[in-house]
Amino acid sequence: MQKSLHLDPNKCTGCLQCEMACAWENHRSFTVAKSRIKVFTFHHEGRFVPYTCTQCDEAWCMMACPVDAIRLDPVTGAKIVLEPTCVGCKVCTIACPFGTINYVAQTGKVQKCDLCGGQPACAKACPTGAITYVDADWTGLGKMRQWAGKTDTNPATV
Amino acid sequence: MAWTKNVLRVNLEAGTCTTEPLNMAWAQDYLGQRGLATKYFVSEVDPQVDPLSPKNKLIFVTGPLTGTMAATGGRYSVITKGPLTGAIACSNSGGYFGAELKFAGWDMVIFEGASPKPVYLLIIDDQAELVWETEAALQKHHQDPQLRVAAIGRAGEQGVLYAAIVNDLHRAAGRSGVGAVMGSKNLKAVAVRGTRTDAYHLADPEAFFKASEAGKQVLAAHGVTGQGLPTYGTQVLMNVINELGALPTRNHRDVQFEGAMAIGGEAMHEKRPTDGKANLVTNGACFGCTIACGRISRMDPGHFSVKDKPQYHGASGGVEYEAAWALGAANGVSDLEALTYANFLCNEDGFDPISFGATVGAAMELYDLGLLTKEQVGFELPFGATEAMVKLAELTARGEGFGKEIGLGSRRLCAKYGRPDLSMTVKGQEFPAYDGRGLQGMGLAYATSNRGACHLRGYMVSPEVLGIPVKMEPQATEGKPAMLKAFQDLTAVVDSAGICLFTTFAWGLSDIQPQIQAACEGDWSEERLLLVGERIWNLERQFNLAAGLTGKDDNLPPRLMKEPAKTGPQKGAVSKLDLMLPEYYQVRGWTPQGVPTPETKARLGV
Amino acid sequence: MRHVIIGSGPAGVVAAATLRKADPAADITLVCGEAEPPYSRMAIPYLLKGEIGEAGTHLRKDEDHYRRLRIGLVRARARAVDTAARRVALVAGGDLYYDRLLIATGSRPSHETIPGMDLPGVHSCWTLADARALLAKARPGTRIVQMGAGFVGCIIMEGLLSRGVDLTILVRSGYMVRRMMNPTASGLIRRWCEAKGVKILTHTQPKELRSEGGALQVVLADGASLPADLYLSVVGVDPNLDFLQGSGIAVGQGILVDPSLQSSAPGVYAAGDVAESVDCLTGKRQLNAIQPNAVEQGRIAALNMAGRPVHFKGSFVFNVLTTLGLVSSSFGTWQGTPGGDSAEVLDEARYRYVNLQFDGDRLIGANCVGFADHVGAFRGLIEGRVRLGVWKQRLMEDPTRVMQAYLAAAHSVA
Repeated sequence: MQKSLHLDPNKCTGCLQCEMACAWENHRSFTVAKSRIKVFTFHHEGRFVPYTCTQCDEAWCMMACPVDAIRLDPVTGAKIVLEPTCVGCKVCTIACPFGTINYVAQTGKVQKCDLCGGQPACAKACPTGAITYVDADWTGLGKMRQWAGKTDTNPATV
Repeated sequence: MAWTKNVLRVNLEAGTCTTEPLNMAWAQDYLGQRGLATKYFVSEVDPQVDPLSPKNKLIFVTGPLTGTMAATGGRYSVITKGPLTGAIACSNSGGYFGAELKFAGWDMVIFEGASPKPVYLLIIDDQAELVWETEAALQKHHQDPQLRVAAIGRAGEQGVLYAAIVNDLHRAAGRSGVGAVMGSKNLKAVAVRGTRTDAYHLADPEAFFKASEAGKQVLAAHGVTGQGLPTYGTQVLMNVINELGALPTRNHRDVQFEGAMAIGGEAMHEKRPTDGKANLVTNGACFGCTIACGRISRMDPGHFSVKDKPQYHGASGGVEYEAAWALGAANGVSDLEALTYANFLCNEDGFDPISFGATVGAAMELYDLGLLTKEQVGFELPFGATEAMVKLAELTARGEGFGKEIGLGSRRLCAKYGRPDLSMTVKGQEFPAYDGRGLQGMGLAYATSNRGACHLRGYMVSPEVLGIPVKMEPQATEGKPAMLKAFQDLTAVVDSAGICLFTTFAWGLSDIQPQIQAACEGDWSEERLLLVGERIWNLERQFNLAAGLTGKDDNLPPRLMKEPAKTGPQKGAVSKLDLMLPEYYQVRGWTPQGVPTPETKARLGV
Repeated sequence: MRHVIIGSGPAGVVAAATLRKADPAADITLVCGEAEPPYSRMAIPYLLKGEIGEAGTHLRKDEDHYRRLRIGLVRARARAVDTAARRVALVAGGDLYYDRLLIATGSRPSHETIPGMDLPGVHSCWTLADARALLAKARPGTRIVQMGAGFVGCIIMEGLLSRGVDLTILVRSGYMVRRMMNPTASGLIRRWCEAKGVKILTHTQPKELRSEGGALQVVLADGASLPADLYLSVVGVDPNLDFLQGSGIAVGQGILVDPSLQSSAPGVYAAGDVAESVDCLTGKRQLNAIQPNAVEQGRIAALNMAGRPVHFKGSFVFNVLTTLGLVSSSFGTWQGTPGGDSAEVLDEARYRYVNLQFDGDRLIGANCVGFADHVGAFRGLIEGRVRLGVWKQRLMEDPTRVMQAYLAAAHSVA
């Protein structure tokens, strides 16, 4: 059974340990601006929403890449950016309707969640269980993935 | 190496920003944040300076663990000479601002002089510039989701002497009037965006992760940090302290509040009869914090204070224990929604709810005694008057009417109306939420705190109430001076490291030391850290003495010395400060007049 | 089943791989018009900058990709299509027979029609061969006059400047990238370029090119003349359709396709820049020459060719552009719609700009400059026709909170 990140806003406190862990994993720095997972604060609602790539089946980013720099990790199902191949054209950043692949100016490449090869650092760092790495069926991301597949409808419009 | 080793010096008069290397020799002696900035401040500022004059300086500073995965590693402090006290002022805040400053590559920002017109500082990584702009443009920058902002509000602009610096909307360097100093410099805000990955490095990453992970497990396993604080926040204390008979009520006339249950942590969880929702929405964390004690509250939209103000119907920073006490028990108000509204105003307009609430309590007593009249105030002001408290919060923020007098703090207010003895302050700063008669050690802590009455300089509540690290009876005096010294020194270390004092409910120095050791170059043994803490304490003391304070200012108001507690387990108690203070001076290595001896100074190198 | 794909750009290459997956036994031929392995024009700016070699432009990095998938590469250009005989005639002679044909011939540079376009030193920048020629000639101090400041004109600037050339850009209209950007965004980009030393002349166009003493003279409409070592013509692109004359395949601006991307001729499909499909927002027919549209159409056309009926839901125009390091993007109806609201935030000093266009409480278009985080959410919000509810007003007040709006309105997480 393939695993997925399960993100539960109800448990998130906004501490950003996940972002630091991600930045450390990939940049050897705690600078959260470099994190691939982001916690969005909804001040008015009093809510913290952790969010990153769902590794959607449509793989908009991978499809759109003009230089074959995004590949499928057959073990984890993650779509992975091959940094040496990426030219930094950013087409993937506008093709991904989830907004979860981003350009990093310092490296001149894009980055996205790669599930840390099957041991996501964010899930390990989360102190409240808001981020867990579990069997895909349990993630509740199915809804999002469905949405990715039919981008002309969504719960808010029907 | 967990320092960025960069200091940003901002001359507001000239409008210049310059970079200088961090004095690493000082960092070895004072660690960072509170200690290191105090060293800079003391070295650069005349102790006699008028706190609100351009000659005073204002320092924003982070610690070596700020912006790391150490639990609670997001703190920053603001150091200046305080306008309430005339003493050193050091105010500590969480949120996300401090870490962002570090990611931008700065350990410290020193503000000098005063700007001729309103200005804010914009820092984007290594680029810093002062920006003059209209209010609207400032707002627009504030709304940039990528910027972290620390700002004063109307209170700081109006010269409220306990004005705060608020970051991330509801986290504050709240006490001692650091916002008033910022306002006096015409500095509205500091906005920062940090994206550098090379700003600082851990000395030993592997050891750091081991130590910080172990620390997180200790926090999670502890009853206070793992359960109590996340569930109830600091408000977990309201009923505990009330039942113990140490909850100052109505300007310390009483030590128990009949309305405590209605304004405590449990009440915040209860569904309101009016709209069926609880005051508390969720708990929130500051940067890197695995405790998450923060309260996020939403008001009853039908409450009188906000029913015509939809801008207050969303969630925002709810009351912590100290705020709930000051806005509530200190003046006899038991309406949780009103306290929440007043707290929202404190966050929005930038003023300290402790000093504000306590000053309202003093005003209510003056009113009760007939020394203040309805004509002078503009409305009736008896103890327990919810609407009056709310009204005063609005007036104080705006600097209007009687709010102008409330904005001067309790000491100046009581002196003006002829009863300086009714000011519940030490060195001009209002008490927080523990009665110095009920908890003898806290009384001593208040009297000796370097920034005036404060619970965050030596939290004797830990031993006296929670039994951490050992249980001490509230009324006992034996051993408390030595225990307080240990707490004060440890607190100075924690405040200089970049982490939150609340970790020390669960952490001892042996939990903290390995994290500092792994992050910082050099040898940071426990002994050395305690010496750093003691050095900081003595440096602050030296500054205060040079500023004109003396051992005579290490006192408590006559009420705590003479009027016995009326009810509860501590009934009959007065403060036994006289018994403890000489011993405290002794364990500190100070003269009987409270001056560090030459031996002490030599030993500490201050 | 014989599948023939004309054109080895992104649409063709994706279609070929999709066909193989969907129809393991099929015979697949990919007709490549240039003497290169299938490559990406999107990567040419990075080749000019020297950041990648030619191999870095290749659409598939695995050298074995085509052989492994049993995709036959044929180096040829199509001359004509006989839909009755299901036959493609090649320029160099010979025919390819098909059961299903995919036309994915992409675009070619538009031609200026002024005297002198055939002179030596006149170039375009569209193919690898063009890039090689530019790389050979652009040296420190080389005077380049570039006609056009559209998408291509902008993305190649950094590569040219990195070679130390002296660059002057002529813009026919008043604005750079006017098909993507509103005047404010365009103005920011222009100011950015000028600050980096590029000379930009708007409302300017040459009437003639002359050769004088080994150099070119670019004669402008007002009679003034600019000396140049190279003249670079990048004035837009047109779909490659000429070879379809007489085929009977219905053509408007491009090849008219139905929701299965089939043309008027049974068995003949079209994908990418040449396909005239529908805009999923307006319902109107349009060409949509962007990479994500090409690959999506290539995939869907291939599935239909393989006998798996899938409908293309339409697409809309969005694009991202990097001009000398300044990132900008454009989505949907960025011009706005009558009666719709708009909101913007501008920080001229830091070259940051976000402009949003709404229709009711839906986002229909956006322009961004210097704002590159989570921009995919613009696509999500626009293509998903997400009703923003209370978030409309919040975006009106602060347009930068688009990701929050997306999470709250599209995923109901807040």
